[in-house]
Amino acid sequence: MDELKGDRQVSEELKEVNLQLPAIPEAIAALKPGNIVFLSGFVYTAREGVYDRILNDGGELPAGLTELSNVNFHCSPAASPQEDGSYAVGGVTATASFRFSKYMAQWLDLTQTKIVIGKGGMSKLDYETVFAPRGAIYLTTVGYGTGALLGRGVKGVKDVHWIDELGIAQAMWLFEVDKFGPFIVDSDLDGNSLFAQQGDLVNQNVEALYDGLKKPTLHRYGETDDRKDELM
Amino acid sequence: MISTELIETAGYEIMKKAAIDIPEDYLDGIKATQKQEQNTLSGYVIKTMIDNYEAATEDRRPMCADTGLPRYYVKIGDNAPLRGGFTGIERALRSATARATADVPLRPNRVHPLWRTEHNNNVGINAPEIEWSFEPDVDWVDVTTVHKGGLFGTDYRMLFPGDGIDGIKRFFLDTMISFGKRGLCCQPAIVGIGIGGSKDTCMQLGKQAACLRSVGEPNPDLKIAELEQELMEMGNNIGMGPMGFVGSSMVVDCHIEVGYTHTGGMPVSVHTFCLSSRRATARLHADGSIEYRTDPKWFTPYMRRETVEWTS
Ligand code: SF4
Repeated sequence: MDELKGDRQVSEELKEVNLQLPAIPEAIAALKPGNIVFLSGFVYTAREGVYDRILNDGGELPAGLTELSNVNFHCSPAASPQEDGSYAVGGVTATASFRFSKYMAQWLDLTQTKIVIGKGGMSKLDYETVFAPRGAIYLTTVGYGTGALLGRGVKGVKDVHWIDELGIAQAMWLFEVDKFGPFIVDSDLDGNSLFAQQGDLVNQNVEALYDGLKKPTLHRYGETDDRKDELM
Repeated sequence: MISTELIETAGYEIMKKAAIDIPEDYLDGIKATQKQEQNTLSGYVIKTMIDNYEAATEDRRPMCADTGLPRYYVKIGDNAPLRGGFTGIERALRSATARATADVPLRPNRVHPLWRTEHNNNVGINAPEIEWSFEPDVDWVDVTTVHKGGLFGTDYRMLFPGDGIDGIKRFFLDTMISFGKRGLCCQPAIVGIGIGGSKDTCMQLGKQAACLRSVGEPNPDLKIAELEQELMEMGNNIGMGPMGFVGSSMVVDCHIEVGYTHTGGMPVSVHTFCLSSRRATARLHADGSIEYRTDPKWFTPYMRRETVEWTS
């Protein structure tokens, strides 16, 4: 990706964008579902361990975090402490974001985060009611397992918080990144969602896949939430 | 002599190889799916994945930062000259896991299920799992590690003989569609299906089918091999690709393993081995030499008990 200077049209349908962090509102507003994004600047990780600590247990945000970075990565890096006190970062991969839905409104308000990166997106409802009104968008990692490519984009660990209390996976890591990516834009400021759009298209064919297969002998809970239903 | 130290060396080495180098058979399988893929977004995702495997190998870094749950499968020849005993093997593999976790580095994923305590080394109560099998008439030991990731993509259902193949297809589709949405199971995947046994063996067979057979290797029973083919095509015709985008790439290969079961039931389990299909095997020879490969060769005729008499 070294030759990559500005934005470019990768193919008829795919557009690549380089974003300087902290991301400015105009740059965020220009992103559309399906755009490919590379990031340069600072990105921090936070997931349930950090959210609980700050939002529920009265912990404080590290000083200067909000000025330095407005990008929250749902990630646990494969990192290990070196003898000189620094950290070697191997691979960097997102974790599934939907689990963190309940924290997002408060977190975005507190940290002024404008970009959330993770695996698999959040619900369209979250985008419409939590993200878009706060000027925030969601980027998904590509294929999810692309930890080695993402690891290349991490130039260094600027800081790590609460590693003793929370462990490597849950700690807050502050990464300096350069052409960190690729990511795909899932949600935009209108609350659109690429996952929802694609899911709707896939769903159109789903019923037909079962045509001709006989009904199951025994049904199962999970297909219904009504515990009074019979399975037979 | 196959000493505990030798097992530790081999265990450490395969931990590294598994985390970093994508097995050739799976890569070939992905490239075959890539050729079929017509959708731009899905095609972009697959291309990025292939770039990622290359970056991992070039930089010697884990292909995916979720380095899964490392575990082992050990196959011991009847004539293998072991020194250090079976518990020695377990100790060696626990030590190899801890060392590799720090050195590769692997993510210390293993925590206590209730208290979430961890030792930052992927070792703990009942972890890593070590499964044992035996092989007649040979003097080597095979140690395979699998780093299976994914909280998603595995399911079990008790079906009945009356459900027949249709029931298996229905369950297979349910699993692929539900876990394929948004790509939760990180497809395109190797899908393993266990049919029969009791609930625990059914799960075990399906998991081993996903993780311990290489892409392109059919079940030796021709009719089962046909079903594998049919389910694979069915999965790729759902209309879904990587990340749940519109596409045709769900299943890189489908592997079925069976076991005799209760006359009234047909338990089935489905497992997806994600796009970081990490496995590596070491064969430790009686003379102390080690050979490395990516095909676990776990399902030998003896392993399926094909060569054991049916009557006594
Ligand atoms: S399921 Fe996805 S994120 Fe998890 S180990 Fe596999 S490729 Fe990585």
